Formats: sequence, C-alpha cells, structure tokens
Amino acid sequence: MHFDAFDRYHEKDSFLHHLDPRVKVVVTIVFIVSNALLPDAAWFGFLFAWIFLLLVNAASKLGVAYTLKRSLLALPFALIAITVLFSIPGKPVLQFHFLMWDLTVTDMGLLRFVSILVRSWLSVQMAILLVAVTRFPDLIHALEHLRVPAILTTIIAFLYRYLFVLTDEVFRLLRAREARSAAVPGTRSGGGVLWRAKIAGNMAGQLFLRSYERSDRIYNAMVARGYSGHLYTLNPHEMKSTDYFATAFAIVVIFVTQILGRF
Amino acid sequence: MLYSPTPMHIPDGFLAITISIFCWVISAAVIGVAISRTNKSLGEKQIPLMGVMAAFIFAAQMINFPVAGGTSGHLLGGALAAIVLGPWAGMLVMTAVIAVQGLLFQDGGLVVMGANILNMGLVTAAVGYGLYRATKNQPKGVRLAVAGVAAWLSVMTGALLCSIELWLSGTSQLAVVFPAMMGVHALIGLGEALITVSALAFIMQTRPDLLGAGSESASGSSSWAWVGGLIALVVVLFSPLASADPDGLERVAINMGFINNGLSAPYQIIPDYTIPFLGETALSTIVAGIVGVIVVGGVVFLIGRGLKAKSHS
Amino acid sequence: MPVTHLKKQFSLPECSGDVLTVQDLHFSYPDGHNALHGVSLKLCEGDKVALVGPNGAGKSTLMLHLNGILNGHGDVEVAGQRLTRDNLPAIRSMVGLVFQSPDDQLFSPTVFEDVAFGPLHMGLSEEEVRARVDSALEAVRMSAYRDRLSHHLSVGEKKRIAIATVLSMKPSLLVLDEPSAGLDPRARRTLINLLRDLPITMLVSTHDMKLVQELFPRTIVMDEGKVVADGLTIEILEDEALLNAHGLEKP
Ligand SMILES: Nc1ncnc2c1ncn2[C@@H]1O[C@H](COP(=O)(O)OP(=O)(O)OP(=O)(O)O)[C@@H](O)[C@H]1O
Ligand SMILES: [Mg+2]
Repeated sequence: MHFDAFDRYHEKDSFLHHLDPRVKVVVTIVFIVSNALLPDAAWFGFLFAWIFLLLVNAASKLGVAYTLKRSLLALPFALIAITVLFSIPGKPVLQFHFLMWDLTVTDMGLLRFVSILVRSWLSVQMAILLVAVTRFPDLIHALEHLRVPAILTTIIAFLYRYLFVLTDEVFRLLRAREARSAAVPGTRSGGGVLWRAKIAGNMAGQLFLRSYERSDRIYNAMVARGYSGHLYTLNPHEMKSTDYFATAFAIVVIFVTQILGRF
Repeated sequence: MLYSPTPMHIPDGFLAITISIFCWVISAAVIGVAISRTNKSLGEKQIPLMGVMAAFIFAAQMINFPVAGGTSGHLLGGALAAIVLGPWAGMLVMTAVIAVQGLLFQDGGLVVMGANILNMGLVTAAVGYGLYRATKNQPKGVRLAVAGVAAWLSVMTGALLCSIELWLSGTSQLAVVFPAMMGVHALIGLGEALITVSALAFIMQTRPDLLGAGSESASGSSSWAWVGGLIALVVVLFSPLASADPDGLERVAINMGFINNGLSAPYQIIPDYTIPFLGETALSTIVAGIVGVIVVGGVVFLIGRGLKAKSHS
Repeated sequence: MPVTHLKKQFSLPECSGDVLTVQDLHFSYPDGHNALHGVSLKLCEGDKVALVGPNGAGKSTLMLHLNGILNGHGDVEVAGQRLTRDNLPAIRSMVGLVFQSPDDQLFSPTVFEDVAFGPLHMGLSEEEVRARVDSALEAVRMSAYRDRLSHHLSVGEKKRIAIATVLSMKPSLLVLDEPSAGLDPRARRTLINLLRDLPITMLVSTHDMKLVQELFPRTIVMDEGKVVADGLTIEILEDEALLNAHGLEKP
C-alpha cells in the first residue's frame, strides 16, 4: 500500500511555488510572529494581515477554499481559551447559568477570545500555504540554510523518507490485528483493556525492532557509498531578484500591519 | 482518523510571544546540549538510527487500542524514545517528530514550536529516562513498573507545563486549564504507560542487548535519575497546590509581574511605539525608532540584493 | 558415515585482468553463526556472474565483504588492491553495492539527493556531481525522475534508481543483491534489458534461474557458506544432481 495521505504539497505553476523556500519559511514565521504581536482587538491589523494572506493565497493559485477548509484544524483547541470570556473584567454583555455556574461574558473577555482565535486562524493558514507550495525536501534545505543544525535537518529528512515506509508497516500490523480479532457483532472483542494495551505495546515493540534493524541496513547502504560520519549536501537553491523583492514586499506589508494594529 | 492530534499540541496564536520566545530559548539551549552530547558520544551509525527512530515514533503514535466509549489509548513516545535511545538522542528524535508534525501537518504551531518541543519532547524524555535510569540494577519487573510510572509522569509533566504556558499567556485561567489538562492527561498517560511498558517488555524479551549494558539505552549518566526525580517531585508538589489554590498562584504570578491580570496581554511589545518594560519614556521611543530603522534598512538591503541578483531566467 | 563430495570442475569463460579476487574468506556473525567458511572466487574484467544458492547460503554476507562493510578473515582484492582499512574509501568507490531492499538503499527524500550521495561523499566538485547524477539516471533510463520523491516510486522504479545510486560513483564492479525480487514481469524485463546493456563487470545474487540463464554467462553456486560450483552457466544448469543438492531448479 502506498501511503500518500501525508503529502501536503500541491503541485501548481504559480509565483509562490517558484519562490525560494527560504523566503517562504522566513515570511511565514515573520507573519506568525506579527500576528502574535498584534494587540487584542487590533481589527485593522487583523484585517490587513488577512488581506496579505489572501494576496499570498492568490499568488499560490490554490484557491481560498484550500486553506479555509484546512484552517479549522486548530479550532478544537479554542476550548482551552474559552475561560477568558468570563475571567477578564469588563462590561457584562451576556449572562447565563450553566450547570452549577453563573457565567458572565464580558466585553473585554469577548474581544480577547475573538482575538486569540483570529491570530490562530490567520497563522495556521499561512503555515498551510507554506507546505502546500513548497516540497518538503525543499523546506528541509531551507532550514539547513537558515542555520538549523545539520543533525536535526538530517533526522527530519530521514523521518520524512521513512514516515511512509513505517506507517505502511503500522497499517499492515493494524490490519493483521483486525483480521485476527473478528468479533460477534455487538460484543466487544478481545479481552480487557490491559490485554488490548499489551497487544498495542507488542506492535510498538515489533515496529521498534524492525526499525532498528532497518537503520542498520540503511547505515550499510550509506557506508557502501562513501559515508564516514560526515554528511555532505548540495545547495540546490539560489536567491533570484524576485526572491529578494518578495521578501522586502512582505516585510513592508507586515510592518504596516503592525502600525495599523496600533491605531 | 489516522492521525489524531493530542490536546497538547499548541497551535500558533494561543501563546503570548514572550512565552513562545522564552520556551524557544530553553528548548534551543537543551537541544544544543543534546547535539553536542550526541556528536561526542555516538558513532556515525547514530545518524540513520536517530532518523529511522524518529519515523518509528511518528508511526508508533498511530498504533492505538480501544479503551472505552469510543476513546482510544495511544503513544506520545517521549519516555519510550529516551529509554531505548538514551536521553539526548531521545530528545533530538522527539524534536524532529514535533517539528515535522508542526511543519507538515500544522499539528502544533511554528512560533510556539519551542513550547511544544519543551512540553512533549524534552521534558517527557528527561522524566521518562530519569526515573527509568534510577532502576539500573533492579530486576526486570521493577524496571518495567517504574518505566510505566515514568511514562505516565512524563505525560503529566508535559501537560502541567502546557497549562502553565497557556495560563501565563493569558489564554486560560489556571483554575480551569490546570484541572482540565491534568485530568485528560491522567487518562492519556495511562495509555502511554501501558504501551510503553509492553513495548519495553517485548524488546527486553526479543533483543535484551538493546536495553542492556553498553547499549544506547544505558548511555545516560546516573545524574539523570536526579533530574527525572526532581522534575517528578516538582510536578507532584505543584499539582495539589495548583488545584487547591489556583487564585493564590495567580496572585503570585501577578505580583511577580508574569501576568497582567489579563487586562493588557503581556505580548504588547511595542504598543503605541512604547516598550512596555520601559514605560512611556524617551528610551522607549528611541527603541521603537531603532526597530523602525532596522526594518527600513532591511528592506533597502533586500531590494539592493534583488537588483544585483540574477533575474528570473 | 562421512560423505565426501567430489568438487566437479566446470569450464570458465576467458579472462583478461582480475577485477575481484576473494581468497579463503571466513566470517562469523557476532551471535556466533558461522556464515562463510573458506570462500574463494575470482572475477574478470567484463564478467557478468550470477551468484545462486539457497536461502541462508551466505550470498548477502559475501557481498557485504566486497566493500568492507563486514570484515572476515581472508583476503579481498579489488582491481589488484588488497582491501584494508586505509584504502576503504577507494575500494568503496570501485565496488558499487546495491542492497536487496530499495527502501534501504534509497534513504534520501528525493531521487536527486540519493543518486548524488555517492559522488558527494567521494569529494567530487558540484558540477561533477551533477554531471554524474545526470549520466547515471540516463544509464538506467530514469532521467525524468530526477526531482521525484523516493517514496512515490514503484518498486521497479526504486530498483532502477537504486542501481543509479551506485552507477553515479562509476564503479568498476557492480554487486547486486537480488535485483529482480518483487518485480512484476514488465519491470523484470526492463531490469534485464538494463543489466544486459550496462557495460560493467557485475556479480548478481538471485533466486531467479530464468534470469541466470538469460543474462549471465557464468554462475557461482554457494551453499552453507562455501562456493560449491563455479563455471559456465550452460554447464551448471545441465548438472541436475548439483542443482538438486543445493535446492536449485532448472529454469
Ligand atoms: N546480522 C546477522 N546476525 C546473525 N546471523 C546472520 C545475520 N545476517 C545473516 N545471518 C545468517 O548468516 C547466514 C547467511 O545469511 P545471508 O543473508 O548471507 O544468506 P543469503 O544467501 O543472502 O540468503 P537469502 O537468499 O535468503 O538472501 C544465514 O544463516 C543467516 O541466518
Ligand atoms: Mg540475501
């Protein structure tokens, strides 16, 4: 079985796809930092950031729906922030009774809550765009050039390569488990929780051993091709003038966002 | 769902920038030490080993088992990674796993990644390995039992840190986030403990050499036992305190200047061209001015480089 | 009652210059398993030799010795140079070893990075590396796959790229471990044509006797860590007693 559900890259012939991966990584991070820096209720700032996002989206030819659909990912986490609705002092806007609590939503609390959601929503969309327009190996190169330690980028490269191979193995194991634990419909199959946990643990152990042995074989394959402890890579990317201009443009826009966010 | 995000992966937007940066600094420092330690102590075999092990942890997180009522237990892997690979290599492996989850799947944010690495990768590895290391010369049964406790505590520690970060960011009230996170993770931790123990039991049976003397697993020094024990102790002591008197803690944090009672978030670094730590002073205006100059200078530099660089051919 | 097998002499193809000489090679795995005892063989320039034998005969173990990944007792000489710790890098660039599982052989995210790995680690310049990648991909007719992601390839494509990863090092000897395992008939055919056209000395282990018959003028039979026969493929395939004794089938 081929496991492609993990691919996030979306091939298109767009301006953004051709941009140097370093630029894309840096701009994404600056954008997300900028969102975090915008004060609560900085509506102009949020609006401007959103316009920038739409612009970037347009330059990717992926369509607004592409990021919109995937941006709901972080929504469940909003639950964590729900308490700010009630906890921040301000004018009451809504009062209700829930179970054993009398809850009062304040205006300040509401502003805070919505601001957190907007920041998160804007940020996650840019991150989604980043991996949709950049092949992951290029992203790894970008990290290398941005001085992320080589040992980490190498582990990440291996992780990416073997992610697919090992998840295939997991699914084979899971399927084998399912095939052997056929149950009468309506009854729960296969022993108690402990027993089921033990089976899962054995699968993890088995997967570990296979992976361990695989790493030995990979090491041999590397050694056979001249590896002796130091890894060499080529730099396949070169900054073009459009890359510099795009970076400058993005920084100006993000700076303007920050100023607008403070009025 | 193949890939189930846990409630511990914080997305961007939920942490104050100061907290994000603070966590990044700590994580980067620990990762730096981990890199220099692994570079020093481990052979050239280590690179492919850590790489494949990172893929292993990633894939192993998909192994689940039904618990009850549609919920299922699965693995985070910090403790397991550190126990089988040694603490430093375990930390690097977990860092890579969390980085890929954030980068590729947006499971956890980018700017808050430092916090996620700290919570789910570094601290889990330290606690998990530390407690397990303390049982070095014990019989197998004891080692496995302690590994289970260590795995459970590692998850709890991560959850604790996570709730503190959310609280200090003004995203959640401690009185709510703390019991909620700890409650949920007490259950998640049980799944973690069960899988970790039975995976270790399986490895001990089939390849005892991988966990015995001279293996990567034994590579951590005995002081890890202290590190693990200490962190565990802090968790155990802090938890009743936080549940009994969250408001008290909140007051302490306000008094110490960590939080601003949520009225103005601590992440307003340049509100109205003044720096909050510096107040409305001339200095503050100067700093804001310098930031402006740096931005303009940077933009000019980029445009200059752009004009010089080879055009799109 | 002890049984002595008379080692039958088969004729060998003509030889011009040794590429590989293995003399009395012994090896035990760390767990004590004795995988090779006394292997000797010689490969000549331009030879295409099949290495056959039942599972566990020691074929893969022998291959791992040919560029020093395993070090047993005995001599391995490549192009007249005795393999030692010091000339390991040189030997490794002369012996292109392709492992059985292409997922282990292709460990980089992209095809380009994998094919470039060998030349890069030989210390070649960037242009030279790029040129070598292009010509190696050309040789396995996979030029269009240069920028593809390894995990997207089919097994047959992976196998061909795996061969390119060592061709890019311009080895004087190609050593392939079970290259045709797991291939569908068309991919297998493509591979056979590819191996036939490659102008390079090769030693190929396989269980695919049809492949042996079709492609390799010479065959070496191994069993229980020893070479039990070495000669012209047509003669060996005629010796049914030999084939039966070592779990092989006439194609
Ligand atoms: N890492 C190892 N540790 C211990 N024994 C091993 C190891 N690898 C191989 N062996 C043993 O060495 C013997 C030779 O194995 P080898 O893999 O060389 O056989 P082979 O001829 O390649 O077989 P196959 O056709 O199945 O690939 C076998 O008995 C095998 O069990
Ligand atoms: Mg073999």
